[in-house]
Amino acid sequence: MHGLYVHIPFCLRKCPYCSFYSVRFEEDTAEKYVQALCRNIEAYEGRGLKADTLYFGGGTPSVLTAEQVGRVVDECRQVFVLDDAEITLEANPCTVDEQKLRQLRTAGVNRISFGIQSADDKRLGFLGRLHDFRTAENAVRAAAAAGFENISGDLMLGTAGENCDSLRASVEALCALPLTHISAYMLKIEEGTPFDTDKVRSMTADDELMSDLYLAAVEQLEKNGFVQYEISNFAKEGYESRHNNKYWLGEEYLGFGAAAHSYFEGVRYCCPPDVQRFIESPLQPKEVTEEAPDRAEEYVLLGLRLSKGISIDRIAELYSPAKSHDLKNAALELAAHGLVRVRENVLSLTAEGFLVSNTIIAKFIDILSC
Amino acid sequence: MTPQDKIRNFCIIAHIDHGKSTLADRILELTETVELREMEDQLLDNMDIERERGITIKARAVRLTYHADDGEDYYFNLIDTPGHVDFNYEVSRSLAACEGAVLIVDASQGIEAQTLANTYLAIEHDLEVLPVINKIDLPSADPDRACSEVENVIGIPAMDAPRISAKMGTNIKEVLERIVTDIPAPKGDDEAPLKALIFDSYYDQYKGVIIYVRVLEGHIKAGETIRLMAAQAEFQTVEIGYMGAKDLVPVGELHAGEVGYITASIKDIGDTRVGDTVTNAERPCAESLPGYKKVNPMVYSGIYPADGAKYGDLRDALEKLMLNDASLSFEPETSIALGFGFRCGFLGLLHMEIIQERLEREYNLDLITTAPSVIYKVTMTSGEVKYIDNPTNFPDPGSISSAEEPVVNAHIYTPSEFVGNIMELCQDRRGTFMDMQYIDENRVDLHYVLPLNEIVYDFFDALKSRTRGYASFDYELKGYAASKLVKLDVLLNGEIVDALSFIVHEDKAYARGRRLTEKLKENIPRQLFEVPVQAAIGGKIIARETIKALRKDVLAKCYGGDITRKKKLLEKQKEGKKRMRQLGTVEVPQEAFMSVLKLDD
Repeated sequence: MHGLYVHIPFCLRKCPYCSFYSVRFEEDTAEKYVQALCRNIEAYEGRGLKADTLYFGGGTPSVLTAEQVGRVVDECRQVFVLDDAEITLEANPCTVDEQKLRQLRTAGVNRISFGIQSADDKRLGFLGRLHDFRTAENAVRAAAAAGFENISGDLMLGTAGENCDSLRASVEALCALPLTHISAYMLKIEEGTPFDTDKVRSMTADDELMSDLYLAAVEQLEKNGFVQYEISNFAKEGYESRHNNKYWLGEEYLGFGAAAHSYFEGVRYCCPPDVQRFIESPLQPKEVTEEAPDRAEEYVLLGLRLSKGISIDRIAELYSPAKSHDLKNAALELAAHGLVRVRENVLSLTAEGFLVSNTIIAKFIDILSC
Repeated sequence: MTPQDKIRNFCIIAHIDHGKSTLADRILELTETVELREMEDQLLDNMDIERERGITIKARAVRLTYHADDGEDYYFNLIDTPGHVDFNYEVSRSLAACEGAVLIVDASQGIEAQTLANTYLAIEHDLEVLPVINKIDLPSADPDRACSEVENVIGIPAMDAPRISAKMGTNIKEVLERIVTDIPAPKGDDEAPLKALIFDSYYDQYKGVIIYVRVLEGHIKAGETIRLMAAQAEFQTVEIGYMGAKDLVPVGELHAGEVGYITASIKDIGDTRVGDTVTNAERPCAESLPGYKKVNPMVYSGIYPADGAKYGDLRDALEKLMLNDASLSFEPETSIALGFGFRCGFLGLLHMEIIQERLEREYNLDLITTAPSVIYKVTMTSGEVKYIDNPTNFPDPGSISSAEEPVVNAHIYTPSEFVGNIMELCQDRRGTFMDMQYIDENRVDLHYVLPLNEIVYDFFDALKSRTRGYASFDYELKGYAASKLVKLDVLLNGEIVDALSFIVHEDKAYARGRRLTEKLKENIPRQLFEVPVQAAIGGKIIARETIKALRKDVLAKCYGGDITRKKKLLEKQKEGKKRMRQLGTVEVPQEAFMSVLKLDD
C-alpha cells in the first residue's frame, strides 16, 4: 500500500521560524494549483496502485476551501481506491470554524492536525502565530464537534523564556483538549529565516535547556497517556499516524505539488519548490534526490527514529550476522549509558538517546558499513 | 678549459629574510644568466616550501658569466647554502667548496644569530668574507651601524662594504666587481689525481643520482670511473657538466677549481653522502678530503597516516623523499592508538616540519604526528645503557639507575629590552645561564645551555612571541647531562593512549600534564558519554579533565517525507569520522594530536 502526500504551499502569513517552502495565499493561484494537483493525480489512473493514507501538508492546507480539498480527495479515491484510508489535513486554528470542519469531514478528511505550538499566548506571539490559545482550543473542540475523532496538535519546545515548568503547563493544557496525537518539536533556528539572528538565538533554549525541555515533555506526555512512538511524535493507543510511520518504515509514498517529496518505485525524488512551474507543467517536474537509496542503511537511519526501533535479526539479513553482532555490542555499550535499549532482538533509542540520535545513528552505520 | 684565475667560487651567507635569494636573483639578472622575461622571483629556491618560507633547504649551485670592468669574462659559481642550524653540516660542506662568502647584513636589523654562526663557519674554512649591507632603501636603515657591528662583532673590515638594495637593484654591480677583486681564485693542480668534494646530490628519475661537486685537484671526463671514498663505491660516469640557471649543461669534463655535476647511473642516494670525496678509480688520490661525517638524526617523531588505509602511500612517499634526502631516516612502527606508521629521524625541528609539509603537500597525505622526542640515554640498574628515541620504549622507573638527556649550547641575539623576557623563558625551559655579551649598546648575545627536549616543542614560537619576532636563535649540540626524567602517559576514558606519551623532566611533569589535559579537552569533541582525560606518571594520576557527554544532536523534524537533510547530515558525519581516530571507545580528531604539540600559548 502506498502513501499519498499533497503539499499545499500557501500561507496567510509566513511564520518567522519556518524554512519550508510556501508562498502568500491567493485564491486564483490556489484554484489553479488544485487543478494541477488533480491533473497529476489522474496521471496515475489505470496502474492499479492502492493507497491507504493521504496527507495534506503545508504550508497551510486549511486555506483551501472544503470543496477544493474534496476534489483532491475524490481524485485520489478514483485513482488509488483509498479503502479505510487515513486522510489527514494540517490546519491553522484561525482558518477553520465548525462549519468548515464539518464540510472537510464530509469531504473525507478523517484526521486533522492543528499547529497549536503552545498554550501560552506570550510564546504564540513570539512565534509570530496568528492565533491565541483560546482560538486553538475552540478549533480543537469544534473539530471534535464536527465529528473528528482523530485530532493532533503540534507543540513547539524551547521558545523564548520557556522553562520546564511553563512547558509542563502547556502540555497539561493540550492534554485537557480532545487530542489523540501530539507532535512535540524542538525549535530549530533555520538559516535564512527571520529567526536567524543572534538575538533570537540568545533568547531561545540552548542545547542544555532544550534537552531538559524535551525530556520533561516526554515525561509529561506519557503521564497523560500519550505514548512516544517517534522522536517527536506521541499518540494515544491506536492513534499513531499511519502516514508518518510509512516514512520511517521505508514504505513508498507519492508526493503531489510543489516541494513535495516522493519515494516511488525505489527512487527518491521531489518536485521543485516552484508553484508557478508546477501549475504550468503538464505533469509535475521531477528532481531525483536519490536514484538507488541504500535500503539497509535507510532501515537503520529511519527505523531508529521510531520507539519500536530496529530488529537485530533484520540487520543480520541486511548486512551479515557478524555485523549485527558488532552492532549489538556497540548498542549494549550505549545501553550502559542509558541511551539505547536492547530487548530480545530489538534495538531502540531511549528519550536521552533520541536527543543524540544523529551521533548514535552515524556510529551504528559506521560499524555496519566498515 | 677555463683558466683558474677567471673562476670565483662563492656562497652567500645571510639570516632569514635578509635578502639572500633576492641578491642571488639580481646577480643572475645582471650577469644575464637568465633572460629577464624568464625571471621569476627567487629563482634558486625552487621548492614551494622554500619560496613561501623564504629559506633554502637544500644547497644549490649555478654558474654565471660576468663581464667585468677590467674587460675580462669571469666565471662565477654561486653556491646557495641552507641557512638553518638543522643543516649545519651541509652548510659546512658548501662552504668547503668555496673560496669566498658574501655576507649579507640587513641595514636595519644588523647581525643575527644565524649570520654569526655561518660567518664563523666560513672563517673557519679560510673563506674570504665580503660583507654587503643590504636593504639601504628601508627608512629604518642604518648602514653605518650595521658596518660597525660587522667590524666589532665579527672583526673584519666593513667600512668600504658595498651598500646595496637587492630589492631595488641598487649597487649590485659593485658587489660583482668586489667578488672579482676580493675573492681569491681557486688554485688546484689540474694534473694531480682527482679530488672533488660532494656538496649536494639529488635523485633524477631519468639520470639517477646527480652529484654536485667542487673539483679541488685534478680533472674528470665523462666515461671515466670514479670512486666515492667514504662510501667505498665505484661508478662509471655518464654525464659531466655545469649548472645553468635553468638546466644542467653537459660539457664532458671538469677541471681543478670548477664546480659542476656528475651522473653515473647511481640508484641509491645513500651512496653519495655530502662531504664525501670523489676520486678517479684508476688513479686515486692518496687521502680523502677532511671533514666528512655521517650526520645523525637529533629528533624523532612518529608519523602516521590520518587514514589508516594510506599506510602504503605514506611509505612510498617517504621512500621517494629519501631519494633526495639522505639525512632522513625512517622505520616502521606500530602504535596501539594510531595503527601502522613510521618512526622518523630528523636533523632538527625545521627538517621535521619540512618533511611533514612535503608529505602533505607533494604527496597529498593527511598525517598525524606524535610529539617530537630527542634521544635519551638511560643506564639500567643492570649497567646496560639504552638510547631511547620513543617514549613508548622508556623503561620502567624501577629498572633505571640514571638517565641523561641531550643539551645544547644556545645563543640568542636580541634587542636588550627583551633580555628579561628571554631569561624568564630560558629559566622556564630549565636553561643554565652561561654568559651575556653586548654586541652594541642595544643588542646582546645571551648564551644558555638548554635541554634539547625543551626546545623541540615550541621554543622558537615562544621566543618569537616574547620578543615580537626580534630575537634570533641558534644552537649546537653540547652533549648529555644527567636529568630526572619521567614518562608521562595520557589516559582517555581510563585507557593509555600510547601515541600521546612523552618523556619530561620531573619538575615540569605536573604543569605539562595539566596543560595537556586542558588542551585535549578543548580539542576532543563531546562524545556520547562523559570521558575523563587524565595525565599519569607510572600509575599515579597527576591531572584530570572531563569532556562532558554530548547532550543534543538530533534532527527533530523530517517534513513531508523529505529525508534528504537527514541523509546529508549522515554524509557529513561519515566525512567527519574519516578525520577521527577510534581510541578504545573514544573518537579523537587529528587536531587533538596536533594540539598537544603546541602547549605554550
